[in-house]
Amino acid sequence: MSAADIVAILQGAVTTASLSCIAIVLGLPLGLLLAITRWARVPGLAQVVMVYVSVLRATPLVTLLLLLYFALPNIGMPIGAVSAAILALVMNTSAFNCEVWRAGLMDFPKDQYEAAQAVGMRSLPRLRRIVLPQVFRVSLPGLVNEMSLLIKVTPVLAVVGVVDVTRAAVRIGAETYEPLPPFLVALAIYMPIVYAIVALQRLMERRLARAQAAE
Amino acid sequence: MIRDFLVVWRERGLLIDGLENTIVLSLVATTAALSLGALLCPMLMSARASARLAAAAFVDAMRCIPFLLFAYIVYYGLPSLGINLDNWRAGLAALTLYNTAYMAEILRGAWAAQPREPIDAGYAFGFTGLRHFRRIVLPPLLLSAAPVVGNQVIQIIKDSAFLTVIALPELTHAASSIQSRHYIPFAAFITAVLLYWMLCLTVEACVASIGRLAEARR
Repeated sequence: MSAADIVAILQGAVTTASLSCIAIVLGLPLGLLLAITRWARVPGLAQVVMVYVSVLRATPLVTLLLLLYFALPNIGMPIGAVSAAILALVMNTSAFNCEVWRAGLMDFPKDQYEAAQAVGMRSLPRLRRIVLPQVFRVSLPGLVNEMSLLIKVTPVLAVVGVVDVTRAAVRIGAETYEPLPPFLVALAIYMPIVYAIVALQRLMERRLARAQAAE
Repeated sequence: MIRDFLVVWRERGLLIDGLENTIVLSLVATTAALSLGALLCPMLMSARASARLAAAAFVDAMRCIPFLLFAYIVYYGLPSLGINLDNWRAGLAALTLYNTAYMAEILRGAWAAQPREPIDAGYAFGFTGLRHFRRIVLPPLLLSAAPVVGNQVIQIIKDSAFLTVIALPELTHAASSIQSRHYIPFAAFITAVLLYWMLCLTVEACVASIGRLAEARR
């Protein structure tokens, strides 16, 4: 394995990191929107969201990705590998984020909500100024956990031809007939990133537990 | 569109084989990972630092590796070290080893939350070592860990789909071959998605009934 091969894997890492970031940035608010739809029991929509979340949580990312990549062009929506990858990641992570947000919303103390109502706050400021800041704090560790899960499923994107870390490593392994070294380089890229996120999550959980014990 | 689903219906033999393979893979991997995890769990809680650190290092490593990369390493990487496994063995080994770490950690978490008294009572009645773990600690542990273990089983079912990349003929692989043979991607993959959904709803129903059992025992 040459230095150029390592550069190729690092370029793949940039792709993996960018796609993960895009999926996180889009998936967090979308998950919140889904969660609020269910929490507020919007007629009709809440049931749709329930089925959406249930199906997507049960669907392997690789199956979802193949469905989007092959079926969307078939029904007249041409889609590239990268767009299909982003769409699949966002759909997948928004379903899991929705459940984390919803757990936070369900646990929200009712007395505060009613106090805000009693002083005449309208529903939108009530949500934005009273509910969301606290729900965000409680949900954060779960959301960070979901981020680490998201990064761990990104190697699947290589299946439709996105040149990420894993695809670069597979290609180099096939060219040099020595698959182990490029895979170890790929491991050396993934492991510290995922470990850092897991460590961050543990830290936040501890701080939250301490804050709740102090209250 | 309806014609596409009729094609899928004609090819149902392939899908049913794929579904069976997914179920077999998940069942074998769940059983093996849960058993190995139950063996690893006492090591995670061991008083000896060397055993504890080694077990924790294994668990942390597995939690940081993407499953697909791990499967690639077992299937394509191990032959460099002289270990050759066919795709079934490699797939099962990867699925089992990977989830052993998660199961051990799940059991450790549930163990730490168990009340101390029955465990001490077990010692007082003269149970020691593995017998104490198997007869006193493990049964209530499994009942209280059931929901989290259930989530992990769903994770195993979903991870098994990744094994399509090493040409294991599971459900996603079957849907892929139907799609490439007849070019009916929507019908083929939607059918696979619905079958995965059914599998996961079944697991959730099992967990719910175990939960009722645990409630009745209390």
